[in-house]
Amino acid sequence: MSAASPAARGWDSPLLRGLLLFAAMFLIVVVVGVVQGQATMLLILTQATAFALIALGLNIQWGYGGLFNFAIMGFLMVGGASTVFLSYPVNMEFWNSDGPMLLGRALLAFLAGLALVLAARRVDRFGIRGKGKVVVVALAWFAGYVIYRSQIDPAADYIESTAGFVGGLGLNPVLGWLFGGLVSAIIAFFIGRISLGLRTDYLAIATIGISEILRALIKNMDWLTRGTMTVSPMPWPTPLPQQLQAAGMSIADSFVSARVMFLALSVVILIVAFVLVQRAYGGPWGRMMRAIRDNHISAASMGKDVTGRQLELFIFGSILMGIGGAILATFTQIFDPSGYQPINHTFMVWVMVIVGGAGNNWGVVLGAFLIYIVWIISDPLAQLIFLNLSAFTDNIGWGAIPEIDSRALQMRVFVLGVVITIALRYAPKGLIPEVVKRT
Amino acid sequence: MALIELKHVVGGYGGAPILNGVNMAIEQSDIGVIVGPNGAGKSTTLKAIFGLLRVTGGTIEFGGRNVANSLPDALVPMGLSFVPQEKNVFTSMSVEENLEMGAFTRPDDFSETMDWVYQMFPVLAEKRRQPAGELSGGQRQMVAMGRALMSKPTLLMLDEPSAGLSPRYVTEIFETIVRVNKEGVGILMVEQNARQALAFASRGFVLANGQNRFTGTGPELIADPEVAKSFLGG
Amino acid sequence: MDELIFFINRVLISGTVLGSIYALGAIGITLIFGILRFAHFAHGDMMTMGAFVSFVLASALAAAGIVLPLPTGFVVLPVAMIITAILALGLDKGFYAPLRARGARPVTLLIASIGVTLMIQGLIRLIFGSGTRSIYVSAPKDIFRFDMSWIGGSRPINITEPQLIMFVVTALLVVALHLFLTRSRLGKAMRAMADNADLAQVSGINTALVVRVTWVIAGSLACVAGTMLALDVALMPDLAFNIVLPIFAAAIVGGLGHAYGAIVGGFLIAFAETLAVFNWTAVLRPLNNVLPEGMALPANLALVPTEYKLTVAFVILVITLLVRPTGIFKGAST
Repeated sequence: MSAASPAARGWDSPLLRGLLLFAAMFLIVVVVGVVQGQATMLLILTQATAFALIALGLNIQWGYGGLFNFAIMGFLMVGGASTVFLSYPVNMEFWNSDGPMLLGRALLAFLAGLALVLAARRVDRFGIRGKGKVVVVALAWFAGYVIYRSQIDPAADYIESTAGFVGGLGLNPVLGWLFGGLVSAIIAFFIGRISLGLRTDYLAIATIGISEILRALIKNMDWLTRGTMTVSPMPWPTPLPQQLQAAGMSIADSFVSARVMFLALSVVILIVAFVLVQRAYGGPWGRMMRAIRDNHISAASMGKDVTGRQLELFIFGSILMGIGGAILATFTQIFDPSGYQPINHTFMVWVMVIVGGAGNNWGVVLGAFLIYIVWIISDPLAQLIFLNLSAFTDNIGWGAIPEIDSRALQMRVFVLGVVITIALRYAPKGLIPEVVKRT
Repeated sequence: MALIELKHVVGGYGGAPILNGVNMAIEQSDIGVIVGPNGAGKSTTLKAIFGLLRVTGGTIEFGGRNVANSLPDALVPMGLSFVPQEKNVFTSMSVEENLEMGAFTRPDDFSETMDWVYQMFPVLAEKRRQPAGELSGGQRQMVAMGRALMSKPTLLMLDEPSAGLSPRYVTEIFETIVRVNKEGVGILMVEQNARQALAFASRGFVLANGQNRFTGTGPELIADPEVAKSFLGG
Repeated sequence: MDELIFFINRVLISGTVLGSIYALGAIGITLIFGILRFAHFAHGDMMTMGAFVSFVLASALAAAGIVLPLPTGFVVLPVAMIITAILALGLDKGFYAPLRARGARPVTLLIASIGVTLMIQGLIRLIFGSGTRSIYVSAPKDIFRFDMSWIGGSRPINITEPQLIMFVVTALLVVALHLFLTRSRLGKAMRAMADNADLAQVSGINTALVVRVTWVIAGSLACVAGTMLALDVALMPDLAFNIVLPIFAAAIVGGLGHAYGAIVGGFLIAFAETLAVFNWTAVLRPLNNVLPEGMALPANLALVPTEYKLTVAFVILVITLLVRPTGIFKGAST
């Protein structure tokens, strides 16, 4: 990374460049707001805020740690599922049925299987080593899996056929968001333990696979997450438009006010996270992280626990992603496992970080807002283009272009690809690159 | 006109130059040996000739043209060949395939050359179908040299050919180099085994800090007390 | 006997088809990794692109009223392969080569290939819409039924005509590739460059030419794999996006940079997947007569539910990376 020259002027001065870009950003927001309307603008801003939080998380993992995390979608789903579990109203049908007991038995089976595997790993105390131990451990895994399946399958079937799904605990959504962060951290711990030793390209592929597994699990655990039947509506921490209407506000105003409040809450969370991360980056912990990122081998030879630190970074980043994912789920009021796509979630966040500036929190936040707005307006813009094009082709006798709606939607994907390609060619370090201070 | 002539060559890997004005001339009949302390720019000189780093000053004349900063696949057909110090064989390919790769740039039938190489290194003929990675260090060095000879070079450059070899192989390699030279191939090599190599060098170059310090025939340099004291360990 | 026939139909035949597809895709990935040293994430979309090229050509033939005894998808394959190869060269020239010239790290190239994936996906959906279609523009599939009554089976072994052709095409391509890599100067130069790129350059090998040949091979094989996948399943924009993971797994398991490893890896993973989701109860039914009263085989004894099919490839990948990261044929790694 090149050091910033203190005497740089104009575009090269990081501060000036940052201010200019944010001002341009603000202008775009205003324009979109005028064209699309206030309520839509607020929707875009809130979701962008959540994505900014997620992008901060990726910045910690990739920008600070050089970790190639492609499991972002998985963490977002985990965050969403966690907040469902915590904040969705209680499903009395479930609690009144045999469901809890069956689940309890399944939990015991799970713990029994776990104990079996752990015991198998200790088997070298009894003198069984090497290949023998591998066989024993493999058998223990298999046995544990079978035991767990024997309990969970009937439990799942029962719950799905009676109460539908487990339902939630009916707590405050903000608690749900924090819970989302917690569960993400736990999952990140396990993923990190397995995969962080791999080199970057492998880590990328491994994390994509993990993401897919998480999606398959969440999508199919109908008893826990309602699977493809989706969960809605999710409660808000701030008043819903419907609640404001009941209090006498007009419909239009209610949407605007409700969203403003939600946005304010999200922005507060973003600011808190931002400040925390910035402080950490500037301090000795941050310096050590960057030393490790820039040169594993020499850092390891100096006695730093490289894998331990990487695990820390991975977990911290995942916490932010989990919270962001939870905020998104709560805001849209729907949790739909099939709605998560690697393109929309994992890749887009990567584009945000790369275009914004990996390693620079301001850059990443800017990137998040910019890319998200580009993503959203690509659709209406493409529609405009297609409609005009269609009118043209109609006039010259080729006929109108079919399915304009779904095709315009695909424009977003194309635009994202173009953006990332241009960014890599012309601004590989991002719009606001990392500023390396001379220590 | 010399086969190859370096005039005031300056170059490096980007950043501060490692070569600060190196001069050298080799005829096709010569065995040229470059010696000197670590970091003197010995291997760097070879790499500069072969286009593996950036030359920022001076000229390298080969066959009457300035070939500084040319790419290897242009130099090999011109008659230049290079044996790197490390990773100098294709380990997953057989001995014979390694030799074939040396002849990649040749449009004509190279079976005669291959016979010549096998004659020079009989042990390779025995092991021609074996993967080069399974051979011993000394045998690998032979494969590396054989590969470089397949393009019928007029100048063969070697970077520390005796590095890591047992004394028996060292002698064998040096004897082979002398034999190759007698068959009409100019030699320019870098060596740590300074005394042994200079013994049969018709031109010796002592480099330090990217510049020439002493030049003369090998035996002359060995006999020179100043050279012996500073660079040959007394 | 019926159980064996069922097994052959469900596992052997479909496993071989899937294995062929995986193998052809994985060869491209492993060659690109071996020569260009980066993970070409956009390979899945190159396969999809190839499939759509075949589709366009086949539709053109059908529109011109030409009907052939073989499925048109196969007939247009040679031309489609050439077109896809040209497109692959274009992709490299436009997107990857400029970054390589600037000394980009493998990670940057991976991200660039993600950009390419998105652009191709987006373009295909823009042009063709996101719906599913059939690549059989003319007649539907022919199915060959082999009557098995002479060994006592009451059901036939089914192979569809496309599947049969797939086997033949794959075998031909593999043999051709083998001959190319072991007999031709250019093929050996490719192996040399994958083995030791610096030494290849020093030996005078025209590395730019080898790179171009790599893309041509990768592109044409991807076209075949994609077209075969479309013929076997259906044609849709995210056709091959979902199998990027198994293909990468196949390449890694086989040893990155080794074409034969990719073939072995492809079949390994395909059969592992097919066997894992196979309902073993159907085959083990005779055992029911042997088991005591009260104990019966569950209705569905699949190791893995079909929804989790993707995880099989992933689990194999993880195990490989943990136990033997260089793969079966000891390819490149850390």
